[in-house]
Amino acid sequence: MSQHAASVKQRSVPFWRNERVLRIIAQIVFLLIAFAVGTWMLFNYKQRESLFSFNFLKEEASFHLAEGIPFSPTDSYARAFLVGVVNTIRVAGLGIIFATLLGSIAGIARLSDNWLVSRIAGIYIEIVRNTPLLVQLFFLYFAVIIKLPRIQEALVLPGPVFLSNRGIVLPWVHMTDSFSSWLPFLFMALIGAVVLLIMRGRGVQRTGRPSFNLLWVGVPLIVIPWLGWLLISSAPLLPNLPEMISKSGGVLKVEGGTNLSSEFAALLIGLVVYTGAFIAEVVRAGIMAVPKGQTEAARAQGFTQGQILRLIILPQALRVIIPPLISQYLNLTKNSSLAIGIGFLDLYAVSNTMLNQSGRVVEVFLMIMASYLSMSLTISLIMNIVNRRSQIVER
Amino acid sequence: MTVQPEILKPPPTEVGLLGWLKKNLFSTWSNTLLTFVSVPFIYLVLSAVITWVFQDARWEVVTTNFKVFMIGRYPRKEAWRVLASLGIVVLLVLLTWISQTVKRYPMARWLVIGWLLSFPLIGVLLRGFSSENPYLPLVSEEIWSGLMLTLVLAIVGIVASFPIGILLALGRRSKMPVIKALSTVYIETIRGVPLISVLFMSQVMLPLFLPPEIRLGTVVRALTGMTLFSAAYTAENVRGGLAAIPIGQYEAARAVGLNEALVMGLIVLPQALRAMIPAIVGQFISLFKDTTLVIIVGLLELLGIAKAVTGQKEFIGLHKEVYAFAAILFFIFCYLMSYASRRLEQALGVGER
Repeated sequence: MSQHAASVKQRSVPFWRNERVLRIIAQIVFLLIAFAVGTWMLFNYKQRESLFSFNFLKEEASFHLAEGIPFSPTDSYARAFLVGVVNTIRVAGLGIIFATLLGSIAGIARLSDNWLVSRIAGIYIEIVRNTPLLVQLFFLYFAVIIKLPRIQEALVLPGPVFLSNRGIVLPWVHMTDSFSSWLPFLFMALIGAVVLLIMRGRGVQRTGRPSFNLLWVGVPLIVIPWLGWLLISSAPLLPNLPEMISKSGGVLKVEGGTNLSSEFAALLIGLVVYTGAFIAEVVRAGIMAVPKGQTEAARAQGFTQGQILRLIILPQALRVIIPPLISQYLNLTKNSSLAIGIGFLDLYAVSNTMLNQSGRVVEVFLMIMASYLSMSLTISLIMNIVNRRSQIVER
Repeated sequence: MTVQPEILKPPPTEVGLLGWLKKNLFSTWSNTLLTFVSVPFIYLVLSAVITWVFQDARWEVVTTNFKVFMIGRYPRKEAWRVLASLGIVVLLVLLTWISQTVKRYPMARWLVIGWLLSFPLIGVLLRGFSSENPYLPLVSEEIWSGLMLTLVLAIVGIVASFPIGILLALGRRSKMPVIKALSTVYIETIRGVPLISVLFMSQVMLPLFLPPEIRLGTVVRALTGMTLFSAAYTAENVRGGLAAIPIGQYEAARAVGLNEALVMGLIVLPQALRAMIPAIVGQFISLFKDTTLVIIVGLLELLGIAKAVTGQKEFIGLHKEVYAFAAILFFIFCYLMSYASRRLEQALGVGER
């Protein structure tokens, strides 16, 4: 027996059948092929384009950008790119907030006991999920928003909100000079609320039940800014209501408020409605993943309906909801690049203009990729932290 | 003598129409409130939609341009070739469906061959040979457009992405660090950027990296982009399918003496592919919707054709009708596919533990 083992050991595996050697060879061959293809492509590229540099970013852009942070044609390409990035972040950030709200409402409505409500939510989800986002955007922009009346005959909704083919004008607030003296009160309010929250958390840890109602946390948030408002002689914030003003020559114009351009409004609404339908399905799946026995047991113990939702269902559903929710947020951010279809100046649309002007294809392309990748990474990073927090109470 | 108990009818408020209403619409006061809010909402929306569809909408823009929506700039004289291709697909789908329900094994094998043959056959049928050919004159893929192009892009995108996706998934699971790293970087990069930027890469950047002799048409370049994009998602689906195979399957296959390649090809992949059919259908639906993006690189698929139709002089300003029609077409296709995938999921017993 031992003799046999020895003979096996003696007959060592030749290197062409040794798995470890084969693996290393395979990787080297693979690298060589990749390297060869890469060099060949670079060679072809060098034949066409003599240089590769990001110096063009400092040059004058000499095109107009009408959306987002101020930009004049004499500004540099780098600033143009920044305009695009800020616009994308603006639409994606607002989109994520509103899509989460809409999606949660639709998801809960889908599970409602009320037959009509759950049907309405179901029809919304099915229609939106089964048509391409770009078709929805085109419909919204070319068939609805562009067809709104001219600004002179704008539709006025209570608020007042002005709807016209130039966009939506919403009431807003504007800060007066005394706003800076009001700012410390806001900070104090925030600190007070955080202190109360921590105290409440300690109480829960010590005695197992909160020493006071969560609503008390809201008290400093309201009382301190209100006191500050009274102490400062002039109001720090004034409402800035849009109004129709007739200029000389009978020209009507809407002034004041904040103006959302029609492209921005179309893109934001489109993204929110589209992603909201997907989030609704995520929320529904999350709630349905909580076993029915949990609700029944909680009800048997005398929890109220609100407490059951807040203390029993939500914490467990969140664990299921958050991972797919992250990918929906990422999708929304990536889908914001469809802006170019309706002429909103997002990161991709601005880059496209930059590219046509400067001809620096590869450089601009690398910038686009890097921007989207870093945005994706940031969102997954933040959401992974949230996810870890929600997973802490693992069974 | 036993006393026959008197059988009482259930109260009228608990069964029938009234019972249904009470249970589903008026069970609690909050439920009743919701009902009273939603009824006027439904009335408003429905009446607006119905008056538009049956009174205000000018559907002649769709009826006149129906062929344009379907095949776009494909020569009218050659339209039968598109119909014939459609016929082949419908026939194959019908046969597959029949063989699934009747459960006759030998037919299934022929069907696989039929499906495999249908791709080159349809390709030749649609594209033709040369412009002098009397039977199948050349119809360059550059003038393919309409719903036909949408379908071609989606189907070729998913089919061509399959081998690449499988290789990438195997690469990502490989024990060789170089191959694993490269596959992972590829998959995560593509999944982290929008499809538009990948399409842009294939349209504008790819030609820069190829020698000037190689000239690819717009459609071929768009197909390359869709395939590269879709491959990363296929890879993740395949990886999910591979993860679903119990480790015992590998070990047993190794124990009977199969080498690693045979273990993959004969034992693991066939099972993994079956497990991931629903995921692949889902990916196909989203790819089908994503084909609309090629409008941005200048191709005229269904949405591109719709946009072109809105520019016709005699139908100016009829955006609502045209885009609503495009949306309905997309909806029908996507809804049917997701319905089929749900049925398939049930039939395969995926997700039942």
